[in-house]
Amino acid sequence: MQSRRVLSISRVLNRLMLYLAAIFIALYILIPIYLIAVLALSPREVISQYPKPFIPQDLTLDTMRFFLNSYGILDSVKNSILVAMITLLIALIIGAPAGYALARYIFPAKDTYRLMVLTTRAFPVVILSIPLITTYIRWGIDDTVSGVAFMHTAMALPTTILVTSSIFIAVSKDLEEAAMTMGCSRFEAFRRVALPLALPGLAASAIFTFVLSWNEVFAAAILTVRNQTLPARLIVQLNQSPLHFRFAGGFFILIPAIIFMFFVRRYLFSLWGIKLK
Amino acid sequence: MAEIRIENVRKEFGKVIAVKDVNLEIPDGEYIVLLGPSGCGKTTLLRCIAGLEQVDAGRVFFDGKDITDLPVRRRPISMVFQSYAVFPHMKVFDNIAFGLRMQRKPSDEVKKRVQSSSEMLHIEDLLDRYPAQLSGGQRQRVAVARAIAYDAEVLLMDEPLSNLDALLRLEMRAELKRLLNNLGTTVVYVTHDQVEALSLGNRIAVMRQGEFLQVDTPIRVYDFPAAHFVGSFIGNPPMNFLAAQVVENATALLVEGATLPIKPDLSAALKQGEQKVVWLGIRSENIEPQSFASNDVLPARVIVVEPLGSHNLITVRLGETVVKVNAHPDLELQMEQEIWLKLNISKVRLMDKESGNAIG
Repeated sequence: MQSRRVLSISRVLNRLMLYLAAIFIALYILIPIYLIAVLALSPREVISQYPKPFIPQDLTLDTMRFFLNSYGILDSVKNSILVAMITLLIALIIGAPAGYALARYIFPAKDTYRLMVLTTRAFPVVILSIPLITTYIRWGIDDTVSGVAFMHTAMALPTTILVTSSIFIAVSKDLEEAAMTMGCSRFEAFRRVALPLALPGLAASAIFTFVLSWNEVFAAAILTVRNQTLPARLIVQLNQSPLHFRFAGGFFILIPAIIFMFFVRRYLFSLWGIKLK
Repeated sequence: MAEIRIENVRKEFGKVIAVKDVNLEIPDGEYIVLLGPSGCGKTTLLRCIAGLEQVDAGRVFFDGKDITDLPVRRRPISMVFQSYAVFPHMKVFDNIAFGLRMQRKPSDEVKKRVQSSSEMLHIEDLLDRYPAQLSGGQRQRVAVARAIAYDAEVLLMDEPLSNLDALLRLEMRAELKRLLNNLGTTVVYVTHDQVEALSLGNRIAVMRQGEFLQVDTPIRVYDFPAAHFVGSFIGNPPMNFLAAQVVENATALLVEGATLPIKPDLSAALKQGEQKVVWLGIRSENIEPQSFASNDVLPARVIVVEPLGSHNLITVRLGETVVKVNAHPDLELQMEQEIWLKLNISKVRLMDKESGNAIG
C-alpha cells in the first residue's frame, strides 16, 4: 500500500515536470512569435517605443502594407511561391513512389536505404555550398528559380519519402489486393483504392514541403543574386532596414508556416508513430 | 464452377518453406477447407491459387487450364479477406459494384446484381452507407456480398469469420454454408478453427508445416485421423493418446497394466509393422467412465469435473497421462475419486509412436 502511494506521487511529479517543460518550451517559441505579430500590426510609432507594449493598442495594416509595397518584395514573394510549388511537385513525384515502395515491398537493403535517405540530411548545406555553387554555375542554373527548387527538392525528399511511406503503410495492403482480385491491375488498384485513401496524407506532405521551401534561407541566399526568394531577400535587407520593416517581414514569412503546420500536424506526428484522435 | 488442380506447388519465403510441394484436386463445386495452425502455409497456398503470390515451383490448373502465370485480375476468382478489405472511401453499393464495374457490365445489370447479392446477405438497407458506419458483422457481410456479386468460378475465403465475436460467428457460419451450397461455386476456405472446418467443409485438408496430413470428409478426419497431429488438432476436446504396448501376437494392447483386445483388422496391421509401443488414440465420447471395476477397464483418478450441460467433461489421470472423458451428467463424481474407464474398442485409432502416422 505504502509503496504504491509513493509510486503514484512520483508519477504525478513526473507528469508535472513534463508539463512544466512543455509549457516552458511552448512559451519560449510562442512569445517571440506573438511579439512579432503584435508589432507587425502596430503603427510605426509604437514599434520604436521602449519598452514595447505586450498588449496591442491600436491595430493597423499600415506597417504590413509598407512592407509589401517596398521595392522587390512582391517579386521575391512571387519567386518564393514558384520555387515552393516546383519543389512540392518534384518532391511528390519522386518521393511518393519511393515511399510507396518502402511501405509495400520487401527488397534487399531496405533498412540501409531508409537510413541513406536520412543521411542525405546529415551534410549541412553550409559545407556543400562552395561545390554546389560551382556546379550550378557550370550547369548554368545559378540564380534561377528552378535551380533553387532543385536544391529544395533535395532537402525535402527525405521527409517526403518517410512521411509518404508511413501514409501508405496506413492504407492496408489487403485493400489493393482485394481490388486486384476484382479485375484491377497493380496500377489500377493503386489509382482506385490506395491513392484516394492516401490523398489527404499526400496533401499534408505536399504542404509540409511547401513550408520547408518557403522558409529555407541559406541555399536560396547563396544560389541567387537577382531572382531571390523572400527569405533570401530578407536576410540581406533586414539588417539595413527600419524596425517596422523587420517586424512586418518576419511576420509575413511566418504566416503560411503557422497556418499550414496546424493543418498537417496530424500527419507529421504519424511519421513518429504518434496518433492524434 | 471450376475444378482446381494443384500440382507440386511450392512457395518459399527466404529460408522458410511455406508450402512444400503439395498436390490437391478440388472437384467442381466442392467446398474445401484448408485447416491448420497459424504458420502452416494454408493462407499462402490460398494466395497462390489467387495469384497474389507467385509459386516457386509447381502448377495450378483451373478446369485443366494452366493458370500459374496468369495475373490475379485474369483469374476467375473472387476473394474474401480476413480483414474484409472493404473499401472505406466507397459506399456499400459501390463496394459491391466495384468488380462488376471493372468488368464494364452495363449499369442496370450492375444494379441488379448488387441488389440480389445484398439481399442474399440481408444488407440491402445499408447500400447507401459508408463502411465506417457499419458494425464489424455488417462489414463482413459486405465483403461476402462483394465476392459473390463478382460471380467468379472459384471463391477464396481467408479466415473470413475470425474477426467476429462468438455469437455472430456461429450465425454467419450457418448462413455461409446455406448460401454457398445454393450457389454451387467451388470454395476454398482457410481457417484455423477446427469447428468451422468440420461444420463447413465437404472436405477438410489438414495442413502442417506446408504439407497436407489428411484430405478427407469432416467425419473421416474426425473419426479416423491420419496422424497423431490431426487427432490432437481436431475435436473439442482433442483426441486422447495413450501409450500402449503391443502384446506378443498383436491381438491385444497393454495399457497401464490392463489388457485391451483390438479389432482383427488393426491386429493384422500391427503384425505387419514392427512396433512394440504405439499410440492409442480415442475420443472423449468413446470412453465410458464407470464407478466399478470390470473386465478390460482402466483405473483412473478424477482431477477436474466440468459440467457442460449436455454432459460433464471430466479430466482424469491415467497413470502418467491426463485423459479427457465425457460423462453422463447424472454420474456423480468427486475430486480424487477412483473410477474405471471403459474404452469403446471399435473407435480406437492406433498411431505409430515415431512418425505419428495412423496404423491400419
